[in-house]
Amino acid sequence: MDTLSLITDASPLLLKGLENTIKVAFLSLLFATILGLFFGLLRVSKRKSLQMIAKVYVSIIRGTPLYVQVIFFYFGLFPLVFGRATDAVSAGIFVLSLNAGAYLVEIFRAGIESIDKGQMEAGRAIGFTHGQTMAYIIMPQAIKRMIPAIVNQFIISIKDTSLLATIGIAELTFTAQTIYAVNFKAFEFLGAIGIIYWVLIYVLTAFSHWLERRLAAR
Amino acid sequence: MIQVKQLAKSFGSLQVLKNINTHIKRQEVVCVIGPSGSGKSTFLRCMNLLEEPTSGEIVIDGVNIMDKQTNINNIRQKAGMVFQQFNLFPHKTSLENITMGLTKIKKYSTADAEEKGKALLAKVGLSQKADVYPRNLSGGQQQRVAIARALAMEPEIMLFDEPTSALDPEMVGEVLQVMKDLAQEGMTMVIVTHEMGFAKEVADRILFMDQGIILEEGTPEEFFNHTKQERTREFLKKVL
Repeated sequence: MDTLSLITDASPLLLKGLENTIKVAFLSLLFATILGLFFGLLRVSKRKSLQMIAKVYVSIIRGTPLYVQVIFFYFGLFPLVFGRATDAVSAGIFVLSLNAGAYLVEIFRAGIESIDKGQMEAGRAIGFTHGQTMAYIIMPQAIKRMIPAIVNQFIISIKDTSLLATIGIAELTFTAQTIYAVNFKAFEFLGAIGIIYWVLIYVLTAFSHWLERRLAAR
Repeated sequence: MIQVKQLAKSFGSLQVLKNINTHIKRQEVVCVIGPSGSGKSTFLRCMNLLEEPTSGEIVIDGVNIMDKQTNINNIRQKAGMVFQQFNLFPHKTSLENITMGLTKIKKYSTADAEEKGKALLAKVGLSQKADVYPRNLSGGQQQRVAIARALAMEPEIMLFDEPTSALDPEMVGEVLQVMKDLAQEGMTMVIVTHEMGFAKEVADRILFMDQGIILEEGTPEEFFNHTKQERTREFLKKVL
């Protein structure tokens, strides 16, 4: 059997793997954005105690390897807390959200702090509350500046989903592993998923460039 | 209209304002002049609490604005502020800069807000620029939009923090003209400025600040022609 027909035959499996990769990545990035925004706002808050919470979160996540985080939560913390093994997909999404969220905190902080403080003063001087000024004036400008950095983090996190193969989530990398475990065609299948990852990232990058251009035009 | 009593403000160990006392009357135009670092801008910014005074009292229309019970957002609507750096919202058009506060705070309908916004743009001579973003406006035009934006909230007093200091010389006139018109309409104004000619012509009263106190005050005639303090004379010699 030649390589091409091997891959074609396995394509339903690979597509299922890709679907899982996209699903896990999408949900993780969604939750990470919420986490990042929430802790990002704590990070720029005037209250030192709130700042501290965000700082500790970021510091722990950035200071430890993602791989360790994945196995720590899945094999370590969750069984201890819940008394049984948790669903791997949920655990994977949880850890990846937590991880990407911490990096997004710093991106949000930098974006918000990059906006001239005169903007906050102008908003407050008109009579907006601090929250309204953030929502209507600071954030719309800050998000525009954050987009390249956010997309960069999204790209990293999408690739990081491959680490979730370790805990048995049937995403793209895990699928390839199960296939070549049977037919020993490691080069072909790892090469194939490499191309699939590349295409996925390429599409996202193209979209982000389009988005940046569109926003810059305004 | 505005009573300032024993106002003091420190940044850390640096005392920027020491015991400021003055009374600004309705429809009065007060120009605040003085060397840089004298506390003029801090004084102005205390009046709408962009800076929180360390001690003292500021009473606007009988309301003590430093009272914790006072809603500061309402006070700020009463006092319009114009900044040296304009601080227009770059992601909004001229018109949107003006209408934002109307729709979001005063709950105007979009149509009403736009009508009012356009009238204000006409007032500052920028009817043609309603849909233009700030980056495509000259400095003078930006500052005029900023004045219109402050006026939209129908303030009872307008505070100007060196409104022409960041402008190219040929654009200073157009902004000062808008301010003169406002003064003639009877707007109460406090203006921190280095434009001595403007102060002489438009001010009802001039405050000279130095090292955190009001060193000298008077009508333009008294102030420029019968200067009392040696320090003031020295300053005026340098700037006139």
